[in-house]
Amino acid sequence: MNFLLEIKEGLLIAWDAIRANKLRSVLTTLGIIIGIVTVTSMATAIDALNRALHDSLSIMGADVLFVDKFNWEIHSEDEWLREFKRPDITREQTRRIEKKMLLASAVAPRADSMRPVWYQNRRANRVNIIGTTDQFLITSGFAMALGRFMSPAEVEGGRPVCVIGNDVATNLFQKEPPLGKKIKIGEHQLTVIGVLEKRGSFLGLDSFDNEVIIPIPQFVFSYWRNPTYSMEVKVREMDHLEDAKEELRGLMRTIRHVAPEDPDNFAINQQQQILKTFDRLTGTIAAVGLVITGMSLFVGGIGIMNIMFVSVAERTREIGVRKAIGAKQRTILLQFLIEAASICLLGGLAGLAITYSLTLLVAGAFPYFPITMSFPVMGLAILTSIATGLTSGFLPAWRAARMNPVDALRNE
Amino acid sequence: MSLIRLQNISRLYQMGGETIHALRSISLVVERGEYVAIMGPSGSGKSTLMNLLGCLDTCTSGVYELNGTNVSDLDDNRLAEIRNREIGFVFQTFNLLPRANALRNVELPLIYSGIGSSERKRIAIEALESVGLADRMRHKPNEMSGGQRQRVAIARALVNSPSIILADEPTGNLDSKTGDEIMALMRLLSDKGNTIFIVTHEEEVARHARRIIRIRDGLIAEDSTSPKIASP
Repeated sequence: MNFLLEIKEGLLIAWDAIRANKLRSVLTTLGIIIGIVTVTSMATAIDALNRALHDSLSIMGADVLFVDKFNWEIHSEDEWLREFKRPDITREQTRRIEKKMLLASAVAPRADSMRPVWYQNRRANRVNIIGTTDQFLITSGFAMALGRFMSPAEVEGGRPVCVIGNDVATNLFQKEPPLGKKIKIGEHQLTVIGVLEKRGSFLGLDSFDNEVIIPIPQFVFSYWRNPTYSMEVKVREMDHLEDAKEELRGLMRTIRHVAPEDPDNFAINQQQQILKTFDRLTGTIAAVGLVITGMSLFVGGIGIMNIMFVSVAERTREIGVRKAIGAKQRTILLQFLIEAASICLLGGLAGLAITYSLTLLVAGAFPYFPITMSFPVMGLAILTSIATGLTSGFLPAWRAARMNPVDALRNE
Repeated sequence: MSLIRLQNISRLYQMGGETIHALRSISLVVERGEYVAIMGPSGSGKSTLMNLLGCLDTCTSGVYELNGTNVSDLDDNRLAEIRNREIGFVFQTFNLLPRANALRNVELPLIYSGIGSSERKRIAIEALESVGLADRMRHKPNEMSGGQRQRVAIARALVNSPSIILADEPTGNLDSKTGDEIMALMRLLSDKGNTIFIVTHEEEVARHARRIIRIRDGLIAEDSTSPKIASP
């Protein structure tokens, strides 16, 4: 008997059997539906989390090296203490990098501090004040929404000017145009010369647009005498990222007088490194989550196995007749496997429909969370439900296939 | 060459540590076109013989040749092929698939022999017409009378043009009038040249056959060919 014909026949029989026991089929399928809903919801959520992370981190630019006292990945308290004891990065050191580094297209030192910002009687709390140079526009990848960025002369002279982030602009200046206005940070007044383009937020939580950028000398003079500096280095060519990193490392070691046998007393961080850490994290969440949600699918599978055993027992006589008429073991096996797989496939499709609606709901409620159901998840869900059917249907189908026709026919 | 040749067939069963000799040593030759009744009290071994003849079961020892093929030691799947091609079953309880209509029930053996759908339909309709059910093709078993169901079963047995038709108490679940009709149909099939076995314990049914084999205690007790019912 032709294999395709056998499958077609199996599908017909399966459909008949499912229709003949509607309530039972629905109840059995429920287990699979719940299983598929939990598994696909989990997968979709992790997928969305991943996408959100990558979207957020891509703002940092893959071709920018971040020189800092601390490594972004610190695995233990000891490590943190060790790095805490490192000498600070000084303005002088950053100057020398600016001068000497060949493979960089821009080097921007920066010092950060959290302060409230005032405009007349309006206040924005906890704004990140960044003291930096004109090069920061290049390394950060910000674009201007209004006005202009700081000029080299303004930076050198430590002029009382500032460029404000988009959130700061909307918070302090509701209707007024911000350009030319004076804002107050601490005791000092600064003139707004530019507003940055909006950048969004990290995972919809931590805004990238909540900062005021001022010339470094102004920062040192007004807010922090000896700040801890860090440095953003944009490399000339993405292809030479590793070379640039090596050059930077060599320069830093020379400048900071690190002996050849000693380890670096600074860190060169990259966006990639955070990505890797996050990927490892989401990978773990995914693995654990899928195992846990997979259990509900497993329970659903046991339900299918149970009901298939019942189905085989009920149809013993039918199996006998089919065998007497010429059905081979393979035919009977296939018939019941197809029946189990069909029930699971129906459950899988229903489950997918439910998850899809849930996804739409979440997407509607959190517009900044990039949640969508991906085709791989759908495909995988369908394959998984069929596989569940085949696995849990195998033992009952095998029992049916191996039945002795004489005994099966005698069954009442 | 004879259609059926049984040589020293025996069949043992193990039942709770006890060995039961359902068939002791049976030798039998049946030619093409014969109409044979197998009779015997319950427990005589007639059902076992019927299962062996129908290739539903295999013998413990001996040789069974069907249509020139030794079928005594074939595996399950080969036996399924033989049953599909060579044997048509008619059961006492009809054994139709309840959810399938008459046409689909009759098509079933053709599906297992891999015949395409349009050809299948044509042959099945022909078989149903030959048992007088041309107008009942779309009916399901529970929409038909017992006699009609048995006719569907007979059509299903005929549809693959098998070498033998095995009927196990075909009138057992029917009233006497319908039973007579079924036996008349069997007679007609025999006249057309089909080889037919009927297993029964009713003398009246057995009298339709030309040859009566009586089984007792796993042995052939009597094998008689009755000249007076020889075909006209």
